[in-house]
Amino acid sequence: MKHTMSILCDDTPGVMTRISGLFSRRGFNIESLTVGHTELPGKSRFTIVVEGNDQVLEQVRKQLQKLVHVIKVWDLNIDRIIEREHALVKIEVEKNEQATILQLINAIQARIVSSSGSIWVFEITGDTAAVDSAINLLGQFKIVESIRTGKIALEHGI
Amino acid sequence: MKKGKSTGAKSLVKTLEKSGVEVLFGYPGGANLPVYEALNRSTIRHILARHEQGAAHMADGYARATGKTGVCMATSGPGATNLVTGIANAYMDSSPLIAITGQVPRGMIGNDAFQEVDITGITIPITKHNYLVQHACDIAPITEEAFYLAESGRKGPVLIDIPKDVQTEDFSSQHEKRNKLEGYNPTMKGHPGQIKRAAGIIKSARRPVVIAGGGIFLSDAFDVLAQFIQTTGIPLVHTLMGKSALDNRNPLNLGLFGYHGNRVANTAISEADLVIAIGTRFGDRSTGPLTAFARDAKIIHIDIDPAEIGKNVPAYLPIVGDVLNILPRLVELLQPSSMNNSEWLGYLSDHKKNPPRPKQTELCSADILDITSTYLEDVILVTDVGRHQISAAQYYPVSAGRTFITSGGLGTMGFGLPAAIGASIGKPSSKVVLITGDGSFMMNIQELITAVESEVDLTILVMNDSRLGMIHQLQDYFYESRFDISRFDTDIQFDRVAEVFGCKGKRITSLDQLKDALQGFSHEAGVKVIDCVVGKDDHVYPMVTGSNLLALEEGEYE
Repeated sequence: MKHTMSILCDDTPGVMTRISGLFSRRGFNIESLTVGHTELPGKSRFTIVVEGNDQVLEQVRKQLQKLVHVIKVWDLNIDRIIEREHALVKIEVEKNEQATILQLINAIQARIVSSSGSIWVFEITGDTAAVDSAINLLGQFKIVESIRTGKIALEHGI
Repeated sequence: MKKGKSTGAKSLVKTLEKSGVEVLFGYPGGANLPVYEALNRSTIRHILARHEQGAAHMADGYARATGKTGVCMATSGPGATNLVTGIANAYMDSSPLIAITGQVPRGMIGNDAFQEVDITGITIPITKHNYLVQHACDIAPITEEAFYLAESGRKGPVLIDIPKDVQTEDFSSQHEKRNKLEGYNPTMKGHPGQIKRAAGIIKSARRPVVIAGGGIFLSDAFDVLAQFIQTTGIPLVHTLMGKSALDNRNPLNLGLFGYHGNRVANTAISEADLVIAIGTRFGDRSTGPLTAFARDAKIIHIDIDPAEIGKNVPAYLPIVGDVLNILPRLVELLQPSSMNNSEWLGYLSDHKKNPPRPKQTELCSADILDITSTYLEDVILVTDVGRHQISAAQYYPVSAGRTFITSGGLGTMGFGLPAAIGASIGKPSSKVVLITGDGSFMMNIQELITAVESEVDLTILVMNDSRLGMIHQLQDYFYESRFDISRFDTDIQFDRVAEVFGCKGKRITSLDQLKDALQGFSHEAGVKVIDCVVGKDDHVYPMVTGSNLLALEEGEYE
C-alpha cells in the first residue's frame, strides 16, 4: 500500500541521509520526498511517499522514531489528509494553439508564470491526482520540460 | 597557554576523564596524534592494539565485562574503516561503545585527501548516532552527549569523528550546553497497566516459560530475574546472549533454546501456552522458522526498545521499559505465588535436559569444555564464533552475571581474543577464559602481543581442527560438500605461535594431557594458550534441520 509519512525532525546536517537510509536498505523506492522549515525554529518537516508492505513500513516508522534527531513520525491516514503538489510545465505553444491552451488552463486552474516567445511556463497546484490530470491534459501540447515537487501533507483537524 | 584556553584534543581528553573513562583502546595515525599529545598527562590508561578492529572489540569486551562504556580510537581513513566491524558488532549486541576517529582537516574534507574516508556516512547504519565535529568548542558537549546516548535506553555504539585541525584548534573553554535532545526519550519505567495485565496473564497460565535474552545482561537485572523465577517457579530458557542471565545450574534453567537449542528448551517453547520474553529481539537463530514458533503461546514481550515489539513475533502484551524496573513490580504482583507449575515441570523433566554427548573416537570439544569447566570455575567465559561457540554455550556452565561474552548478533569471527583482553583489563581480579577455534583465532591473532603487553591473565583454549568447523557442518548437512571449502591445508601449532608472542603454550591431543596442561597452568600468571587438536567431525548438536524447533538433529550420542 502507498503510505504518506510525515516526519518532524531537527534541521541538522545528515538527517536526510539517516532518514532515507532506512527506506533504501529495505529496497524501497521513495516516490516523493519534500522537506522544509516549520513554524518551530530549528525544526524541519519531511513528507515522504513510499509504497511497500504495511508491516515493513510500520517497522520503518518505529526505526525512524529511534533516530536521535527525529522528534515524531506520523504515518498519515490517507483519508484524513490535505495534500498538495506543485508543478511547473514548460510548453512550446504554436500560434494556432494559443486559444485552446488559454481555455484549458482556466479549466484546470493552472497559471501562466512566464512566457517568452512561444515558450510558456505553467504552474499547477493541487493534490496528486489533480496535478497528474493537468499534466496529462497539457500533454497534447509540446512539453519541453516539466518538474513537480513532492507531496506535502497535513492531517485535518488537530 | 592562557587560563581558560584549551584545544579540541585537550577538551576531548578532559571530557573522557570526566565521564569516568579509565582505559582507552587505540591505534595511532597521522590524524589522531594531537589526541595522543593530550593523553600525555592524563589518568587514562592507553592500550595499544595491533589492529583497529582489535581495539574496537577490546573496548566492546571491556564494556560487556564491566558494564561501563568502552572507548576506542583510531586515525582517519583505514584506521576508521578498520573499526567498522567492531562497531557493527557492538551495535548488533547493543554494547555501549564510544569510537573516536581522527579526520583530515576540515578544509580538505571531500577532496579525497590522503587517508580520508567519510566514516560518519559509513557508520550511520551501525551506530546509535554519530558526529562529525566542526568546532573545538563542540567537543566537550558532543562527547558528553555521546556517552549519554551510548549508555541510556537501548545501549549501543556512538562514533565521534574529529578533524585534525579541530583537535588542535584553540578556543576559550567556556562550557557550552547542548540543546536537549527532543527526539530522544527512552522509555524506562514500563506501563503500570500493562504490568498489571501481565501479572494476570501469568497467574492464569498453565504452561508458562521465560525467555531470557541479552537485555538482562545489559540491564544488570540478574538478581531481579532470579527473584522472578524463584517466586513464580516458571522454567526459563535462554538465548545465546542470555546464557548468563540465570545461573546455569539453577534447576529451572532449561538452557539454550533455538537453532542449537536443547530438546527440553525447544520443547518448552513449542508447547508453552505463555512465553514471557525478557530483553530479547527474537532473533532468527532463536526462533527458527517464524510460522512454527511458539504456536500455542500468548507472548508477553518486555523490551526497552519499542521497535522490537512485533518486529519478528507478534506480542500479545508488550511492555516497553527497562527490565530492571519492570521485573520487581511483576514479582510484587505475583507474590505470594499461587502458581502451580508442577504438572508442566514434570512433563518437561521427561525430556533430556543436557545436550547430547556425541559419540566420538577423537578428542571432542564437549569433553574438553566439561573438564575445563571443573578446573576453571566461576569464570568470565568469552567465545569466538563457530562450533566452539555453541559448544561453550552448551557445555561450559557459568553463574549469573556478566560472565558470558560472545558475538551474538553479528557473529564476528575474531571477536574472542580482543574481547577477552578487554574483559581481563576491565575485570583484573576475574578469571577470564577464551574458547576459540583455529579459524576465529587467526582472524585477530596479532592481539596476543597486546595481551602480553597489558599483562592480563587469560587462559585460551583453541579448538583446533584445521577447519572452519561450522562451515564443515553446514556443508555436511545442507550441501553435498562437492567443494570442501572448510579445510585449511596447514596444521598450525598455536602453542608454538603463542610462545613466539611471549605467551605460554601447550598442545594437547588427549584429555589426560588437557588435565596436565590445566593443572600446570593453574598457578601461572599471564597468557596461556592450550591448542586442543580435535576431530574434524566434532559437530555441535542439537541443530535444527527442519521447519520447526523440534526438528532437531541430535547426532549419535551416548
